[in-house]
Amino acid sequence: MDALLQFLFSGLTVGAVYALVALGFTIIYNASDVVNFAQGEFVMLGGMITVFAFDAGVPLPLAAVVAILVTAAIGVALNKLAIEPARGAPVVSLIIITIGASILIRGATQLVFDKQLHRFPAFSGDDPIRVLGATILPQSLWVIGGALAVFVGLWVFFTRTLTGKAVLATANNRIAAQLVGINTGWIMTLSFGLSAAIGAFAGVLVTPITLVSYDVGVALALKGFAAAMLGGMGNPKGALVGGLLLGCLEAMTAGYVSSQYKEAVAFIVILAVLFVMPRGLFGAKTTERV
Amino acid sequence: MLTVEGLRSRYGRIEVLHGLDLKVSQGEIVTVVGANGAGKTTLLKCLSGTQPASDGTIVFRGQSLTAVPSHKRLKLGLAQSPEGRQIFTNLSVEENLRLGAFLFADDQVDRDMADAFAMFPILKEKRNLAAGGLSGGQQQMLAIARALMGRPHCLLLDEPSMGLAPLLVAQIFDVVKSLKARDVTVLLVEQNAFGALKIADRGYVMETGRITISGPAADLIADPRIREAYLGL
Repeated sequence: MDALLQFLFSGLTVGAVYALVALGFTIIYNASDVVNFAQGEFVMLGGMITVFAFDAGVPLPLAAVVAILVTAAIGVALNKLAIEPARGAPVVSLIIITIGASILIRGATQLVFDKQLHRFPAFSGDDPIRVLGATILPQSLWVIGGALAVFVGLWVFFTRTLTGKAVLATANNRIAAQLVGINTGWIMTLSFGLSAAIGAFAGVLVTPITLVSYDVGVALALKGFAAAMLGGMGNPKGALVGGLLLGCLEAMTAGYVSSQYKEAVAFIVILAVLFVMPRGLFGAKTTERV
Repeated sequence: MLTVEGLRSRYGRIEVLHGLDLKVSQGEIVTVVGANGAGKTTLLKCLSGTQPASDGTIVFRGQSLTAVPSHKRLKLGLAQSPEGRQIFTNLSVEENLRLGAFLFADDQVDRDMADAFAMFPILKEKRNLAAGGLSGGQQQMLAIARALMGRPHCLLLDEPSMGLAPLLVAQIFDVVKSLKARDVTVLLVEQNAFGALKIADRGYVMETGRITISGPAADLIADPRIREAYLGL
């Protein structure tokens, strides 16, 4: 029982990070139907930039803000320099562009910073909190709380604000969106900036627990993608539930089966979703008449 | 209100509009009729900016539209209800209408929406449903209502009767006719020449990228060339 709770805690922590990555996928997917495989690099950049700003003497909260802003700017640049010039290209080409961008970002980070593992101190110390015989790190609570906060923010954005609906409208029908006066280019810029900022935020939260180096983004992008698929691509609720569920599945597999199989879980989930329910748990049932 | 001169447009190397002149005055309903592939939709796309013009001028309310991007033309008062309706299928009927008034955030939005629901009561009934689930006729109503939410001076309507049952076609044409009372100028592009000419003030006949005949709608209905070619009479 204690063990189960312990696995659950670690699963929820990791799952919250996957959820944040999946939420980042959700925004760009909603705006453009593109799955941005550079999303994991945003998480990595959030961690790396915070580390180096902090080591240079910047106070931690300020370093985190700088990291989030710089990463958001990189997200916007990715859109302006790589996605926008390829407007009109098939979605698959755009996805391949994001894979290329992720390789570029990884390489550049390795050159600008280094190849070492880094961390910075946890926000509220490293003393584990005891809960019913299991323990949880204060930083885990930050990660889980952060994911919930971003989820609520996005949910409000997409369902309650006109700008949020404009994002959905742009994804649904770009031409019609322009005809009602939506600047679709600006919507894309907004989506990439926001999505990169959320990724960086995840990186800032999780680095004290998992550490960061230039190459942590690839695995995160894949796991986040699996989470988004599981929950239903494009749905913030799906991203949150999918992320937490995937994290817990991984933790349970590692705990009860073998930690060697842990990494396989995400891929099994992707396959299972594709075979059994391609729209995921909360995917939109698209009804369309022609 | 709207003056088009020498308009040319191409898809790649193939020119589909070969120098088109057209004029719409304040308060008119003007229709452009013609067979499939005559370039009618391309004409409207050039006017709304979703298809680039390669030559010619478009002047709307005294301002040249050449350098105005698509999303800014509604702000000038030019709205389009595009071919194939192009509603936001994943969003609800109400959200579609609200987005039609994307440029506005005042009290009039609610009044306009009430107006739209009064004009098309069926949309009120289905306001919370995904627009993709509406029937073709209802989607067409939604497309027109959404365009009106943008408070246009001039509405471009592309084939509103396409694919609809005759009873619905009559209803849609009635609505178009009623726009005159709301001070909305209409440019109506139609394959259903008879229905369009009946409600229009003036008409243009388009053939393979050129205007071949133009005149008051009543004259066009009586014109033997048009009766034979387009009206099947």
